[in-house]
Amino acid sequence: MLVIKNLHANVDGREILHGIDLEIRAGEVHAIMGPNGSGKSTLSQVLAGRETYDVTEGTVTYLGKDLLSMSPEERAHLGVFLAFQYPVEIPGVNNTYFLKAALNANRKARGEDPLDAMDFLKLVREKVKLVEMDEDLINRPVNEGFSGGEKKRNEIFQMAVLEPKFAILDETDSGLDIDALKIVANGVNALRGPERAMLVITHYQRLLNHIVPDFVHVLSEGRIVASGGKELALKLEQEGYGWLVAGAAR
Amino acid sequence: MSVDSYRRQFLEHAGRRLQKEPSWLSLLRRESFERFLDRGFPTPSDEDWRFTSVAPLAAMEFSLDARPPGGDVESLRKAHIGNGWKRHEIVFVNGRFAPELSALGGIPEGVIVEGLATALASHPEDIEAVLSLNDAFGASVFHDLNRAFLEDGAFVLVPEGVVVEEPIHIVHVSSATRPAVSHPRHIVLVESGAQVRLVESYVGDDGLSYFTNAAADIVAGSGANVDHYRIQREGGSAFHIGTERLLQAKGAVLQNHSVSLGARLSRIDIASLLDGEGADLTLNGLYVVKGSQHVDHHTLIDHKKPHCTSRELYKGVLDGTASGVFNGRIVVRPGAQKTNAQQTNKNLLLSEEALVNTNPQLEIEADDVKCAHGATIGQLDKDQLFYLRSRGIGLEEARSILTRGFIADVSERIRIAAVKDAVRRLLLAEAA
Repeated sequence: MLVIKNLHANVDGREILHGIDLEIRAGEVHAIMGPNGSGKSTLSQVLAGRETYDVTEGTVTYLGKDLLSMSPEERAHLGVFLAFQYPVEIPGVNNTYFLKAALNANRKARGEDPLDAMDFLKLVREKVKLVEMDEDLINRPVNEGFSGGEKKRNEIFQMAVLEPKFAILDETDSGLDIDALKIVANGVNALRGPERAMLVITHYQRLLNHIVPDFVHVLSEGRIVASGGKELALKLEQEGYGWLVAGAAR
Repeated sequence: MSVDSYRRQFLEHAGRRLQKEPSWLSLLRRESFERFLDRGFPTPSDEDWRFTSVAPLAAMEFSLDARPPGGDVESLRKAHIGNGWKRHEIVFVNGRFAPELSALGGIPEGVIVEGLATALASHPEDIEAVLSLNDAFGASVFHDLNRAFLEDGAFVLVPEGVVVEEPIHIVHVSSATRPAVSHPRHIVLVESGAQVRLVESYVGDDGLSYFTNAAADIVAGSGANVDHYRIQREGGSAFHIGTERLLQAKGAVLQNHSVSLGARLSRIDIASLLDGEGADLTLNGLYVVKGSQHVDHHTLIDHKKPHCTSRELYKGVLDGTASGVFNGRIVVRPGAQKTNAQQTNKNLLLSEEALVNTNPQLEIEADDVKCAHGATIGQLDKDQLFYLRSRGIGLEEARSILTRGFIADVSERIRIAAVKDAVRRLLLAEAA
């Protein structure tokens, strides 16, 4: 589904990613772990199409197409979704209005008819239960005045409505208490399926107790320095990043 | 410069009028016109006109006689707020009352809504008192020009204690076959304890250049409640100058919402006098311009008496090479203690070339007051744009959603549903 080859990326002329190779197949959940500053968020932003990052080398092929040549919205139309580490607040723009515009833009791009207000409302009612989100929140301006946990739930709620093929969760666990973490994880797990792949980016192992990955990769200083099964996450939990980071830095 | 053409018009106009009108009005016209001749059209060296050049307006010759209408008046009117709402409607075409287009049946007992030309005979004292108000109040030369050429407009009188349920819609349509000028004058008197909602609209033909030099006086008696909307959507080649004079007695509550979307050049002067204790004023404004449009709002809030409150929120969106001016002056007179005045102006620039000048001015001569003001100029937020696009919303739609989000808190304050919907629809058309 997604093949990343030798990906190098800069921000403000400084190279953050020094050659990433990664292959994700449909149905798989990959976790990327790593210390702060290792390039985890850069990778997720580059995959979603953030213009502040310059890709200087390498390729990303998604569903057989050149992902890097597409605009952010074109990537979304093909099923790419990024759950933001820091979801932005958009005063004056109603959450449901925004989500309906997004869903219908995706449907239009796929040649489907737009959902009318009634069908959309039905869909929203169904999905909002998945993340146990307060229905009041979905009618407020996007993320405005939301707590950290509410913002993260809103990301997963949007993901549930948009039903992406490839979802990137960028530190969705950071700042969540254990109850909120479980709710968010349940929401994510409900969306797992053979047609869908996920890239879960996290600093801590605890999220992976709830969203159990098929593969774990360790990112350090812009490179993947170790890959393995879910047991790699446990080893990191017990031994820290030191042994890997030291090796990578040489 | 065509001051000469105004002089010629004035002589003809005065000659036509002299026989029929009261002497105070003839005198007021003459004095006003002499002040206009003395001062001439403003230039950028006038402090109040530093960022707004009326040179293109001054260079043009406009005819006072615009009849017959050039375009389709009815479709201009419909394209504005439409027909799907209950209201009393008084329509003017090129400055003159058009009874055949107006809908004034069902006006509540005692309430008067009629043409000013008629009202000059029925309510001369009321009209004289309002028109003669001078001071710093609406002191631009265009206001003098309006008084010099005063001919018609709406006259609204709501007697003491009367609540008018349905809004009163004053519509001015400009539609001529040659460049024409009109000087409509609306006078609204809301007596003590009375309540009314007013919508003042200006629409006109696209294409042909014309000049609307409008003025309105709104007098709110003690404890009166007035909700007032001014929607300017003139044609793309039009010049629009507006003077709004708001006068509030003790405890009067007045809300004025000024929406400016049309015209190549528009300038609105809103002067409000809080002339009684406990008066409460809200000024909301919204200007959305693109292309090479220029829009200028000058507001003056004069806190003359103690315990008065004023809240002002103006938001502007400028695209293309459009330019804008917001000048908000708040004066707190000696003795106007316990004044509470808040002013905010926020601007969104959608292009590199768009420009706005914002200038808050506080002049406080009392010591026990609460006054705050703030002004911002910004662009669309890149993080917000990326967020919307990452969800599949295209760049153009994302810009449009964020732009409407920016002005939502002002448009939400429009409390007549049909007007709110119309403004939203017109904004969408603007953004397209």
